[in-house]
Amino acid sequence: MNGAAAILKALEMQGVDTIFGHPGGTIMPTYDALYDSPIRHILVRHEQAGVHAATAYARASGRVGVCMATSGPGALNLVTGLQDALMDSTPVVALTGNVPQHLIGTDAFQEADVVGITQPVTKHNFQVRNVNDIPRVIAEAFYIASTGRPGPVLIDFPKDVQQAEFTGSFEVEIDLPGYKPTYKGHPRQIERALEALQKAEKPVLMVGGGAQHAAPEILALAEKTGIPVIPTLMGLGAFPGTHPQCLGMPGMHGSVAANRAIHHADTILAIGLRFDDRVTGKVSRFAPHAHTIIHVDIDPAEIGKLVKTAIPVVGDAKWVAAELAKGAKKLNLSKWWGQLEDWKTKHPFAWKPKPHLQSQEVIQAFWEATQGKAVVTSGVGQHQMFAAQFYKFDKPRSWINSGGLGTMGVGLPFAIGAALARPGELVIDFDGDGSFQMTLQELATLKKHDLNVKIVILNNGFLGMVRQWQDLFHAKRYSEVYLADSNPDFAKLAEAYGIKGITLTDKAKLHETVKEVLAHPGPVLLEARVYHEEGVFPMIPSGGAAEDMIIENPRETVAGD
Amino acid sequence: MRHLVSVLVQDNPGVLQRIAGLIARRGFNIESLAVGRTHQPGLSRISLVVSGDDAVLEQVEKQLNRLIEVIKVTDHSEPHVERELALVKVSIAGMEERLEVKDIAEAFRARIVDVAKKSIIFELTGDSTKVNNFVEAMRPYGLLEVMRTGAVGMSRGEQVLKVREKKAV
Ligand SMILES: Cc1ncc(C[n+]2csc(CCOP(=O)(O)OP(=O)(O)O)c2C)c(N)n1
Repeated sequence: MNGAAAILKALEMQGVDTIFGHPGGTIMPTYDALYDSPIRHILVRHEQAGVHAATAYARASGRVGVCMATSGPGALNLVTGLQDALMDSTPVVALTGNVPQHLIGTDAFQEADVVGITQPVTKHNFQVRNVNDIPRVIAEAFYIASTGRPGPVLIDFPKDVQQAEFTGSFEVEIDLPGYKPTYKGHPRQIERALEALQKAEKPVLMVGGGAQHAAPEILALAEKTGIPVIPTLMGLGAFPGTHPQCLGMPGMHGSVAANRAIHHADTILAIGLRFDDRVTGKVSRFAPHAHTIIHVDIDPAEIGKLVKTAIPVVGDAKWVAAELAKGAKKLNLSKWWGQLEDWKTKHPFAWKPKPHLQSQEVIQAFWEATQGKAVVTSGVGQHQMFAAQFYKFDKPRSWINSGGLGTMGVGLPFAIGAALARPGELVIDFDGDGSFQMTLQELATLKKHDLNVKIVILNNGFLGMVRQWQDLFHAKRYSEVYLADSNPDFAKLAEAYGIKGITLTDKAKLHETVKEVLAHPGPVLLEARVYHEEGVFPMIPSGGAAEDMIIENPRETVAGD
Repeated sequence: MRHLVSVLVQDNPGVLQRIAGLIARRGFNIESLAVGRTHQPGLSRISLVVSGDDAVLEQVEKQLNRLIEVIKVTDHSEPHVERELALVKVSIAGMEERLEVKDIAEAFRARIVDVAKKSIIFELTGDSTKVNNFVEAMRPYGLLEVMRTGAVGMSRGEQVLKVREKKAV
C-alpha cells in the first residue's frame, strides 16, 4: 500500500465517513486511493466551501469534520475557513497535498508555505515527511482537533509521501507530552462557585458555544437554581430559547432583558464562552455591579483574558455544569425575576409592521411553520442577527453560524455540511443577498446531492449591515453597499442549477409560500424581497456598554419606505 | 516589568517559528529570545524575556501553554541564575585608551578574544544588567559592534523544568 492508501485507512480508523474536498495535482495520489475507499467524498466547487461544510458537519454532528485540498491555491483557499473554525472552536481536520519534498522551498509550481501560512489559523498543524508517520500523525491530529478546546488541525502531505510505499503500522500511540487538557474542574473552585451562587441576589448564567454539548446539564443547573439564562450567539440552543428562564442573547444585537440583566447582575456564571467584544462592548463598563464572575472554560488561556474573574474553573462545560447542578440549591430570586420579567415583557424582539415584507417576519414564519425543528445556518449580516433573534432555538447543534470571524458566505456551505451530517432533517439557510453571492457556486454541490436544504435569501438589495452602520454613523453616505441594480434573479439562478426557485414579493403570500417551500422535497431557493432599509435593533454601538443600548430604530420615522 | 520565562518544547521543525509567531501575533513585546538543546534528545529549551505587568505575563504563559509542542512554561520570579553572552567590539585610538579599556574589562571580568590595530573584541557573560553596564562603560571609546545572545536562565536549587508525568485523560 502507498502513503495515500494509508491516509485513507487511517482516516477510516478514525471513523471518518465523509470528506469535503477538491482535487488537484499534489493530492492526486490520495484522490486515486479514494476511488477504492468506502469514504464518501463531497466535491465542492471551491475549497473555502469545503472547509466551511466540514465545519458545519462537525458542529451539527459533534464529530470531527474533514476537508481536503491540493497544494498552493487549493490549500490557501482554506485559510478563511480554518480561522472561522478556530474562532468558533470547531473540530476540523484539513488535509492538503504539497509538492514533493525535493521541490519544497524552490517556488515550484503550485507551491506555498502552507504550514507557515496556516500556523496562526489552526490549533496545530503538521507536515508528514515520512510515509510511516501517517497513521500516528492522523491519530494525533484527530485527537488534538476533538479534545480540550476543539479546533482545526491541518496535515500537509508532500506528494512523494503519498506515493511512497507504506511499511509502518496502524497501531499507534499518541504521545503529546505538552498536551494534556483538563476536563474535571478543580473541586475547591467548584465549591467556591457554589458558595458564590448561593449568596447571589442577582445572578445570571451565561452559556456559550463551548456549552453546546452540555445542554442537559445546563438545563438541570438552571432549573434547579431558578437562575436566568443568557445564551450567547454561539450558545443559542445550548439552553432552550422558549424556556421561561431564557432571557435571549446578549451583546451588540442582544435582547434588552439579557443586556440589562448582565448590567445589573451581582454574580455572573459564564460557561464555555470567551467574552467576545461583541458580547461585552467596552470591557471596562461591562457588568459593573458583578462582584463575582465565575468563568468555566476548558481553555485556561480564556480565563482572565478579557474580564476579571473571581472564580476560575478550568474544565469541560459538561462535567463542570453537572457538578454545579449536583451541588446547587434553589435560590430565592423572586425580586430579581420581577425586574427581569418586566424587561422581558416590555422589550421583546419585535418589529414595526410595514407595507413591505420584512426579514423578521419571514424568519418568524419559518419558525412557526417548522416549530423550531430545523437546523438553521446563516450568512453574516443583518439576516444573521434576525435569525438569531427570531428563530427560537430549543435544541443544541441546531444553529450554525459564523460567530467569531463573521465570515460572509458560510450560509450555503454550512447548510450542505449540516444536511450531510444530519440526514433526514430539514436544514434552512437564512442568507443575505451579499453573503450568498460569496459562495453561490455551491448550488452545484447542493444539486448533486439533492439535500433537503431550503435557502431563504433575505434580499434587501444592500450589504445591509454595513448600510446600517453608514446610516447610523456615517451620515447615510451609502458607500459601495448597493447591490439591487446588479443582483441576479436568484430564483432563475437556482433553476439554472436545476434547483427549484421561488420569488416572494407580496407580503400577503408569505405563509403560503413558506408552506410551499417546506412541502417541496429536496432543495429550494426562496428569494424574499424584503424591506430595503431595515435596521437590526436593539443595538449597542461598537465600543459602547449596556447603558448605551439603542432599543428602537431612531430612523424609523424618517427612513420612510 | 521585565520577566524571564523558560519554555521546554518538543524539538520539532518549525517550533521556534510557532513560538515567535504566537508571541508577536498576540502583541506581546519580546526583548530577547534564546534557544538551545537540552540534555534530553528531542527537547529544546527557550528563554524569553518579555516586558509587561502581571496580566501580560500570565497571558504570555497561558498562550504559550496552548501550543501543542510546549511542554512546560515557568517564569523565573524565584531565585534563579541568569546569564547572557555578549561580544563587544570597541574602537581604540591609542595606547592610553587601550589600557583604560582593559582595566574596565577586567573589572567586569570580560575576556579579550581578539585584538587588532584599532579595535578589541571582548567576550562577557553575566546578567543583562551587567552586560548593559559594560556596554555603557565602553560607549565613550566607540562601540563598533555589539552582539548579545539574549538571556538564558535557570532556577536555583532542586526545582527543574521537566516533562510532566503522563496523566490519563
Ligand atoms: C468575507 C466578509 N467580507 C466582508 C464582511 C463585512 N460585512 C459584514 S456584514 C456585511 C453585509 C452583509 O450583507 P448581506 O449578506 O446582504 O446581509 P444583510 O446584512 O443585508 O442581511 C459585510 C459586507 C464580512 N463580514 N465578511
